[in-house]
Amino acid sequence: MQKSLHLDPAKCTGCLQCEMACSYEKLGEFNPSRSVIKVFTFHEEGRFAPYTCTQCDEAWCLRACPVDAITMDLTSGAKIVIDDKCVGCKVCTISCPFGTVNYVQETGKVAKCDLCGGDPECAKACPTDAITWIDANATGYDRMKAFAEKSLPSANTSA
Amino acid sequence: MHHIIIGAGPGGVVAAETIRKTNPNDQITLIGNEPAPPYSRMAIPYLLVDDIKEEGTFLRSSDHYHQQSIEYLQANVTGIDADAKTCELSDGSSLAYDQLCIATGSTPISPPINGIDLPNVHSCWTLEDARQILSLAKPQSRVVLMGAGFIGCIILESLVKRKVNLSVIEMGSRMVPRMLDEKAGGLLKKWCVDDGVGVYTSTKVNAIEEADDGMNVILDNGANIKADLVISATGVKSNTTFVKDSGLDIDHGILVNNKMQTNLPNIYAVGDVAQGMDFSTGEYTVQAIQPTATDHGRIAALNMAGKNAEHSGSLNMNILDTLGLISTSYGLWMGVEGGDTAEIYTPELFKYMNLRFGINDEADVLVGATTIGMTEHVGVLRGLIESKVHLGHWKQRLIDDPMRIMDAYVASTQELDNVV
Repeated sequence: MQKSLHLDPAKCTGCLQCEMACSYEKLGEFNPSRSVIKVFTFHEEGRFAPYTCTQCDEAWCLRACPVDAITMDLTSGAKIVIDDKCVGCKVCTISCPFGTVNYVQETGKVAKCDLCGGDPECAKACPTDAITWIDANATGYDRMKAFAEKSLPSANTSA
Repeated sequence: MHHIIIGAGPGGVVAAETIRKTNPNDQITLIGNEPAPPYSRMAIPYLLVDDIKEEGTFLRSSDHYHQQSIEYLQANVTGIDADAKTCELSDGSSLAYDQLCIATGSTPISPPINGIDLPNVHSCWTLEDARQILSLAKPQSRVVLMGAGFIGCIILESLVKRKVNLSVIEMGSRMVPRMLDEKAGGLLKKWCVDDGVGVYTSTKVNAIEEADDGMNVILDNGANIKADLVISATGVKSNTTFVKDSGLDIDHGILVNNKMQTNLPNIYAVGDVAQGMDFSTGEYTVQAIQPTATDHGRIAALNMAGKNAEHSGSLNMNILDTLGLISTSYGLWMGVEGGDTAEIYTPELFKYMNLRFGINDEADVLVGATTIGMTEHVGVLRGLIESKVHLGHWKQRLIDDPMRIMDAYVASTQELDNVV
């Protein structure tokens, strides 16, 4: 069964355990600034919102890459960056309309969520179930993903 | 059904792959005229600093086309006969098509100045150009770069990393005038000058002359710069010459409708050679950027494969890394008359962000943006512009602090405000 990350801002307390877990998994160090899941803070509303790549079907990043450095992992469905192939041209970072592929100056390459190979650390670290790893068919998951996708004109083909 | 795609850049390759995915049994021939597998010009700057080998510029792995049953043909197409539905090749043979996609891209303009044909004057466009530059741009070589547009600026870093002695000559009043406004272009120039690059804006090259010790590059202000290598990067033009007598309607590029169809039946055009729809203006222009070429390729291919796909316009957008200073621009970055602006400008830190809003019922919709010195979440600028999200009270928050753009996006798309 294909699983998906489910993000629920209403349950997020802004503890940043997800960012710690993500950076520790990827870099071996606690460095939230390099986490590919980010928690956004809304002081005015007293809200927090975890946010990362939805592994969207359109895969704007994958299609934009000029050197085939972003591919789909068939097991997890994640779109993953092949570091050896990425030249750091950054075209994917402006192509992703969700802003979830970022250029990392330290490495000269781009970074995005790869779902930790199908066992995302952020979901395991979240103490309030704001981030869960659930069956893709479960209701609610598509809210964040559907919003921008349906409104983007280049996706509007009847094919 | 035989589909022929002329041109093996990103637009042509995506077209071929999309046809294959849609119609597994159709015959597909992809024609490229360079002696290499399909490659990406976007990757050439990284080849110039030895980050990658030539294989690293290839668009796809070498067995990809075979696996996809796409026949890749290295040949020069010299013309098309729309009545006979054939392409004519330089060896005198012809190939019959049912559907044709022209994806022949663009080539650098050769400015009309004396000396532009000298042996050590090169453009930077093809793998062959890159090989020439690699052999001539040695440490301490004197290099003059003509043109500080997108291509000029993207190879500028490679030249500096090769430790050449670099001078950049730009006709316009600032660097990258077609992508960056005055503040952004000004920051970029200061960044380069601070790094030891000679940047001369509002300056033209009058002539290039051979000299005993290299070349003399004569400027319109009377100055004379010594050069071992001159790189000409003064713009590109669509490759339409080979079809000029074909009956195709051509302006700057081949004219197409919103299905990427030309005026002739069963002939499509995509990428730098096509005058496609601009998302922001609805006008048909040659954008000559890679993401647009792949948009076009996909739309044309779906129609060629019998589907109905309409193009709603591609957003003009660019990202540029010049000696580590990253700049982006999107859509109507120069703004619209009567539209509001949100701006943060901190020149001492080389930070700049300018957001442009629309007018009337789009007064709270982002229509364009420029950034300097930002790498995080820049894609949402595209997302906000293309999805025409009404920012509501977030517009004022952005005017107060444009750096909150990602907050604005997340809040607007996750309906946080409704939860409160």
